[in-house]
Amino acid sequence: MKSQSFFKHGLPYVDVSDISGKLIVIEGTDGVGRSTQIEILTEWLEVKGYGVINTGWTRSPLLGPAIDQIKRGNTLNQITFAVLYAADFADRLENQIIPALKSGFIVLADRYMYTAFARHNVRGVDPEWIRQVYGFAIEPDLVIYLKIGIEDLILRMFESGKSINYWEAGMDIGLSDDLYESFVKYQTLILNEFDQMTDEFNFKIVDASRWPKSVNSVLKHEIEKLL
Amino acid sequence: MLNLMEDHPYPGKLFIVEGIDGSGKSTQLDLLYKWLISEGYSVFFTEWNSSDLVKKTTKKGKKKNLLTPTTFSILHAVDFADRLANVIIPPLQAGMIVLADRYVYTAYARDVARGVHSDWVRNLYSFAVKPNISFYFKIPIDVSINRILSGRASLKPYEAGMDVGLSDDPVTSFKMFQTRVLSQYDQQIEEFGLTVIDGDNPIDKQQEIMRNYVKNELKGYDQYHPRMIAAETKELLVEKDTKSIVHQI
Repeated sequence: MKSQSFFKHGLPYVDVSDISGKLIVIEGTDGVGRSTQIEILTEWLEVKGYGVINTGWTRSPLLGPAIDQIKRGNTLNQITFAVLYAADFADRLENQIIPALKSGFIVLADRYMYTAFARHNVRGVDPEWIRQVYGFAIEPDLVIYLKIGIEDLILRMFESGKSINYWEAGMDIGLSDDLYESFVKYQTLILNEFDQMTDEFNFKIVDASRWPKSVNSVLKHEIEKLL
Repeated sequence: MLNLMEDHPYPGKLFIVEGIDGSGKSTQLDLLYKWLISEGYSVFFTEWNSSDLVKKTTKKGKKKNLLTPTTFSILHAVDFADRLANVIIPPLQAGMIVLADRYVYTAYARDVARGVHSDWVRNLYSFAVKPNISFYFKIPIDVSINRILSGRASLKPYEAGMDVGLSDDPVTSFKMFQTRVLSQYDQQIEEFGLTVIDGDNPIDKQQEIMRNYVKNELKGYDQYHPRMIAAETKELLVEKDTKSIVHQI
């Protein structure tokens, strides 16, 4: 079993050699069903007797409000945005994820740095720079990539009664004035980014176009192997 | 993403000052500002850590004692990225002189003194525009401490580096922390070609040296008088800049 380590240049003042928990990341684009899966997995793991902590993307108590404020204003340039998300992640990593892992919890992360890599890359930010910025991230024990094609993604979203929102359609980068068209173009770019990262980061691909129940049994199987 | 190591493409000039607290850099920059204005230049002034968003968040974090060295470092980078795009690059595009009280070298010194990885923080800020001249006001640690301590009743906890846990006594902690910061500055002199000014010299003497460097840098600059070029090349430069920010980082 490998011991936990930092992605690149880590946190020199944090000792991670005593981490006993597991970091499991569920990645995938908007509306692919990550949160539904995490909910089921959390309960399943808790019934098995494991301590579980969920963490999301841009939900830290420190920066969550600032990010919401900026998203409403939509005035920042791409680098500022990228750095702001990294600040939020750093806050969650050090105040929530690392302490939980050190206490032996299983941390289920709804998105991780790969989401940032995908989103910032389609916005023209240097991919090597952003990877170095996230160098202090803990390498996950398992990254599950919920993979879906654009056609299935569209159907799934409308079937679940949701509507397309501004950010999920990538309207900020001006691919199209039409919300639907922009959504299709933007999500296609994002899916392509995730596909391209599969080998680089050793993603475990799970076909997310299937019924949530059968997706879930695949996820449980993968996690059982790890535990 | 090596902007910081390459000369910038803008018609304006960027002069920045660095140094530990109490080095006299702000006094010197203020004198330079007044002189440049009196010479008829268009000058824009900016300082470290000044945006509302980051001030609010930093304050909140400090209050809750939530800020880790890395979060603290990235928060400053947010502020800097925002200021770079909104208040530093546009005046440079317009051909103005921009003066900055502290720049990325402050982060390289302070954040590493707080414990973050030096290569990591160097990469973080590598999108910054390289200044035309970076003045580093170098003073012995004791002079800095005496100036700071005689000027005020108490030290702010973050200023004293209390979060680093060097000592429970603010004054001892401040001394130890500033010593670390100073050593990080010294390491950057060669790495980034900082122009060292002896901060122990009389104020007017330092200012004279500083103005000589600036005069030299401004040779041939008059042709780019801001009021003349602003109108002619504004559109072109705006387009160029948007690209450079996104793609060159």
